[in-house]
Formats: sequence, C-alpha cells, structure tokens
Amino acid sequence: MPASARSAVTVNLTPTGVVNASRETAAPAPIRMTVSKVNFFYGSKQTLFDVNMSVAANRVTALIGPSGCGKSTLLRTFNRMHETVRNARLEGEILLDGQNILAQDVTQLRRRVGMVFQRPNPFPKSIFDNVAYGPKINGAKDPIAEIVERSLRRAALWDEVKDHLHKSAYELSGGQQQRLCIARGLAVEPEVLLLDEPCSALDPISTAKIEELLVHLKDSCTIVIVTHNMQQAARVSDSTAFLLVGQLVEFSPTPQLFTTPSDPRTEAYITGRFG
Amino acid sequence: MNTRLRWRKLVSAFMLTMTGVCSLVAVSVLFFILGYLVFHGGRSINWDFFTKLPTPVGESGGGMANAIVGSAKLLFLASLIGVPIGFFGAIYLAEFSGSKTAFVVRYAADLLNGVPSIVIGIFAYALVVLPFKHFSAYAGGFALGVMMIPITLRSTEEFLLGVPNTLREAAMALGASKWKTIATVIVPAAYRGILTSVLLAFARVAGETAPLLFTAFGNRYWSPGFNQPIESLPHMVYIYAISPYEDWQRQAWAAGLVLLGLILIVNIVARFILARGVAVPRS
Repeated sequence: MPASARSAVTVNLTPTGVVNASRETAAPAPIRMTVSKVNFFYGSKQTLFDVNMSVAANRVTALIGPSGCGKSTLLRTFNRMHETVRNARLEGEILLDGQNILAQDVTQLRRRVGMVFQRPNPFPKSIFDNVAYGPKINGAKDPIAEIVERSLRRAALWDEVKDHLHKSAYELSGGQQQRLCIARGLAVEPEVLLLDEPCSALDPISTAKIEELLVHLKDSCTIVIVTHNMQQAARVSDSTAFLLVGQLVEFSPTPQLFTTPSDPRTEAYITGRFG
Repeated sequence: MNTRLRWRKLVSAFMLTMTGVCSLVAVSVLFFILGYLVFHGGRSINWDFFTKLPTPVGESGGGMANAIVGSAKLLFLASLIGVPIGFFGAIYLAEFSGSKTAFVVRYAADLLNGVPSIVIGIFAYALVVLPFKHFSAYAGGFALGVMMIPITLRSTEEFLLGVPNTLREAAMALGASKWKTIATVIVPAAYRGILTSVLLAFARVAGETAPLLFTAFGNRYWSPGFNQPIESLPHMVYIYAISPYEDWQRQAWAAGLVLLGLILIVNIVARFILARGVAVPRS
C-alpha cells in the first residue's frame, strides 16, 4: 500500500482528533489470543463457521459485519459468556496466552477477560460500589478505594464523579454510565477487554470520549471491539475482522481492510452496497 | 346525523356513569366493612382487650391477649416454613430451572394456591396432629406455612425475573459465580419486591381460620411453648360470632377489627416499601 494512502486514512478517519499511534509502528505485536477452527451452534443452528483469527496484545481489534453475522457471538466466546445461553455449543479452540480457555475455570477466565456490553448496565448501587464490585468479590490486594479511583481515572470518569461517588449510578448520563461500566471492568485488571457495540446507545460526544479512551487503554490492555459503525472501526482499531453470515471473510490491518480490501464482499460492505 | 351524535353521547355518558359507579362500589366495600367493624366492635376495644384473657360466659369484660399472642406465634412458625421454601424455590425457578421444570413447578404452585384452605387444614391434621396425637401450634403454623409457600414463591419469582438479564451478565463477566451473582446483585436488586411478597403472603394467611380449626384448635388460656393447642384471632372471631352471647358477639367484632387493622397496616407497609424502590431500568 502506498504511504500516502495510509496517512490519508489516518487523517480522514480520525475526526475525533485521536492520533492512533500504534498503527504506524512496524514491529508486530505478540499474539494474546488465538481462535482456531471455531464452530458455534445455537441448538442445531450453526452461527459461526470455522473461524480462525488472532488478537494482538496491546492493540485494538475490531469485529465488523452486518446484523446477525455472528460478530457478537464470536466476541462472547472469548470470555465464555456464550455459556449463559441454553443450548449454545462451541467447537474448536480459543487460546489465551497459549492456553485453551475452554479448559480453564470460567470465573478465573472472566477476571482476565473483561466485557463491556451494548447498553450501559450499571448495578443498582452507588458509583463507588459499582467499581468496587469486581475487586470485592475476587479479593484485591490494594485498598478498594485506591482501585476505584485508579479505575475511574483510567476510564476518564474520575473528574466528573469524584465528588459524588456515593450517588446511585443511575443518576449518571448514558455516556457516563458506559464509562462507569468500563471502569468496573478495568477494576479487576483484565488482560483483555471485550466491548460489544459499546457506543450504540450513546450520542456522538459520548462516543468520541469512549473512542479516545480505548486508544489510551491499549497501552495496558488488549481490546476487542464489536461495532456496527465502520467509521468507528476505522478510527480506533489496528486490525479489523469482517464477518458475514458466520464466516470470517477478511482479517487484515485496519487501513488495509478499509482501503484495499482483498475480498469483493468486504469491498461491497465497506462501500455501503449492503448491510 | 344530529340524532346519531346525540345517541352516541348518551351511550357514552351512560357507560361512563356505570363504570364509575362499579368502581365506586368496589372501593366502598372495604370502607363499608371497616365502618361496620368500627361501629360494632369499636366500643369493645380497650386496654383489657389486648391484655386480658377471655372471661367465662356471664362474666363481662376480659380480652383476647392469648389470641393475639397465639396469632403472632402461629404466623412466626408459618413464616419459618413459608418464607425460606418460597424464597429459595423462587431462586431455583427464576435462575436455574429449565423452562419445562419451571412450568411444572409454577403450575403446581398455582394449584396449591387454589387448594381450599380447609383441605390444607386436613392435610396438616393428618401429617402433624395425628402422629403427635394432640393439637398444637406446630400443626397450625405448619398449615399456614404451607399456604404461604406458593404465594411467596410465585411473587418472589416474578420480582427476580424482573431483574434485567444485563445485570446478570455484568456480574458474571466480572468473574462472579452464579451464586455470587444471585447473592450480591440479583437479590439486592429485587429485595424490595421480595420483602413485599413476603409481607403480602403474611397478611394473606393472617386471616385464615379454616386451616386452624383442627390443627391449632383454640385455647381459652395461655399456651406456653408451641406444643399445645393455641388460640388465634380469626378462630376467636369464629367462636365468638356464632355464640349466643351479646357480649361475645361484640368482642368478635372487635377481634375482626383488630385483625383487619393489622392486615391493612402490613399491606400499606408493603406498598410503601415497593413504591420507594429504585426502579431498575429494563432494557
């Protein structure tokens, strides 16, 4: 790809002003998660077909595709949240740091692989108790108040809430609630953070804040984000996977996928011919 | 055209009046009963009523202290049986069971709820009174407890199911086990509703007479412990109301008034608890 095209992508696709620095770094990041030959079934209906991909450490990986393509399903297998659904069945292997997550204790796994959901889902508790929940149930070595402050700072929410930590989380705006959920996830110090369309219920300003946050977060954690919004994938991610009816069509570095897609279906999707 | 419009307006006015009158009747029954009880029993409510034992026929005065304490003891025993079984059963139904099991249990609970209370009395008689060979507070409490189970179970389940699934997911995604999720997120989110269910079940069985007739049996004196026949307010109403003595009949009205007052208070407290709850947004 010509260098001019790459820089054009960076400039055009980051209207939030976020400079996505790591995209330019040449050295390949180590692999944190590997997905191999994953097939997924709801009852007898297969929703993922032979998916293979890898998630690079300290990078943002985006999963895009039209509704029902299986991107959320794939994301939920990464911390085995699919097991909360009856009749769900997974075949294949998912490795986290070289170890099969399907053979691990699920509560331990979910401490290492956190998740933020489509709609903000704070607990009906105070702001403080929301963030403190994970460290409390898992046992934390640092004082809880310290963890809460650190997590809220990392989620760029501290300054807005520090004077009323004991108010109900429901008094926050939608965007603040979603950042609170991110802080809650960060409080258990996950190695990987999964985000399932985290901005789909938010306004553009809140969305911009969360996108900015993600780019900062990847210094300390690996991020996988499902998004409906192609511009968002282009803005925040380092690599992008495009799924269509349960199949992984293309998985490439983000600038490449959005400028020179190798599969005609990807091109059709990103140019808005369907989806 | 004009006549048709007038006819429509007439029908509308008629229907509106009728629905209004019907709802007024529905509400006024309660106030009518209350007024009637106050009118007939109000005079017999005094300090003695709450502190003294019933007097023999012919001797005026006396009270229902033993029945009030007896009702409290019976309801205590009933709650010990009905609340935990209903509560934990509801947790199983709402959080663990498959749809088939849930359907069967729900259906059975609804049937149990519809079983005539006298039949539950016979059941308690066969199960508790016969083996011990005497009536007791245990038997009465057991009968009332059995009645509390389906009421607590079904309404607690409703409130647990009302907790949005997104909260369960949020807790599990943080590494909480299923039990931890239930104990630290779901039950706290639903606790006002659960408390209300328990209070309503309590209020519902507080007025039951039939299951006590041949389990608790009644007792005109103090009943120490739980292993002897025991008096209760609704049973006292029954005995005194059908007696030929005017004095007793007045006291029956008074007992009815006290009972209704207690149930009303419990109901109002329950509504108050529920109304104050922080609404969990549904998604």
